[in-house]
Amino acid sequence: MWQSAIDVLFQGRNAIRLLEGLWVTIRIALISIALSILLGMLFGFLMKSERRLVRFLCKIYLEFIRIMPQLVLLFLVYFGLARTLQLNLSGESASILVFTLWGTAEMGDLFRGALESIPKHQYESGMALGFTNRQLYVQVILPQTIRRLLPQAMNLVTRMIKTTSLVVLIGVVEVVKVGQQIIEATRLTTPGTALVVYSVIFFLYFMICYPITRIAKRLEQSVEGGS
Amino acid sequence: MDLNVIQQYIPLYVEAAILTVRLAFFGILGATVVGLMCSLIQYYHFPILHRFVNGYVELSRNTPLLIQLFFLYFGLPKIGIVMQSETCAIVGLIFLGGSYMTEAFRSGFEAIPKIQEESGLCIGLKKWQVIIYILLPQAFLVSLPAFLANVIFLIKETSVFSVVALADLMYVAKDLIGLYYETEEALFLLVVSYLIILLPISILFTLVERRLKHVAIGN
Repeated sequence: MWQSAIDVLFQGRNAIRLLEGLWVTIRIALISIALSILLGMLFGFLMKSERRLVRFLCKIYLEFIRIMPQLVLLFLVYFGLARTLQLNLSGESASILVFTLWGTAEMGDLFRGALESIPKHQYESGMALGFTNRQLYVQVILPQTIRRLLPQAMNLVTRMIKTTSLVVLIGVVEVVKVGQQIIEATRLTTPGTALVVYSVIFFLYFMICYPITRIAKRLEQSVEGGS
Repeated sequence: MDLNVIQQYIPLYVEAAILTVRLAFFGILGATVVGLMCSLIQYYHFPILHRFVNGYVELSRNTPLLIQLFFLYFGLPKIGIVMQSETCAIVGLIFLGGSYMTEAFRSGFEAIPKIQEESGLCIGLKKWQVIIYILLPQAFLVSLPAFLANVIFLIKETSVFSVVALADLMYVAKDLIGLYYETEEALFLLVVSYLIILLPISILFTLVERRLKHVAIGN
């Protein structure tokens, strides 16, 4: 029975279709991560703004995004925007929008934390040496910030990749959906397919996230050892 | 937005919220127990067991809860393990939360100087007494912030429970959107429900954490 269930995986284009499905989630994750890094830096600076109102609004935004389950945010954008703004986003663009909004908030907070962890004398020494503001940030502050930020940012990346699995619930055809199609198609002939397919998807996610976690852990140790 | 419609649907959301809270409670309780046991196994480096724990932690932390639930609910029955929706959801949450709790408690245990344990043994306490009277109280304080963060994280993760055929908040909202097109009302109530569940907990935890900053742990 199990042999035939495993065979189903390699019938026709099934294996390739699963990987294509996985690519859909990974693509959503990668685009959102790239946007989050850029916007997160801006958001991080914004949270250190001198205006209290700006800081307050940033805080509200961050806390709201943090407290809502990501699936609720997906529903809000996917179903809510279509209704209130007559804006019909595809499942995929809605997901990218949500994960960017979420990633920006989280990345921004990490960035702010890293900026604040740079000792004041670094700024002062830079200015004493006659650096312009821009030189100060580009050549002194940012390189140190990024070094401290990297391990946590990598952890956020794995969290975002894991969370993209939710997009199947707003109708995006990705790896789980493809898996369900394969299971449905062989429901009567080889009922064992469900176990095989879900195990494969489980390990696909593991194989993507595990290396990133390992790299993050190693970077963490090297940052701790360095400072 | 129609207030009458909102009023009409409130009971549905209350029921769903109670389900969410109940499942989250048992899941978090189970995850805490699993986490405690696994972190002790790691701390004492139990021969073969600690390898299993390491493997479990990596496996559970690097996969999404959604996939874990699909595996438990649709995959396992094929080898004869059939679980009801609620059991399945709780087991899934324990499987996911256990590893996060393990990491939280492990950092707590590791923060305690070795001398504490050795002193305990020297004055004639048994190993389990050392754990209960010396290690746990101190480790708990150190790992409390991580523990509280995990609790909120796990409550949020319960939002995927609708995939194992449970009528939770997401399920109710999706039903109202799909069947009656009451999109605004359904989404509004959804957000409010999660705020009511999560906001008090989040505020309480922030306060606890703030107080904790002033607690010095005597070495």
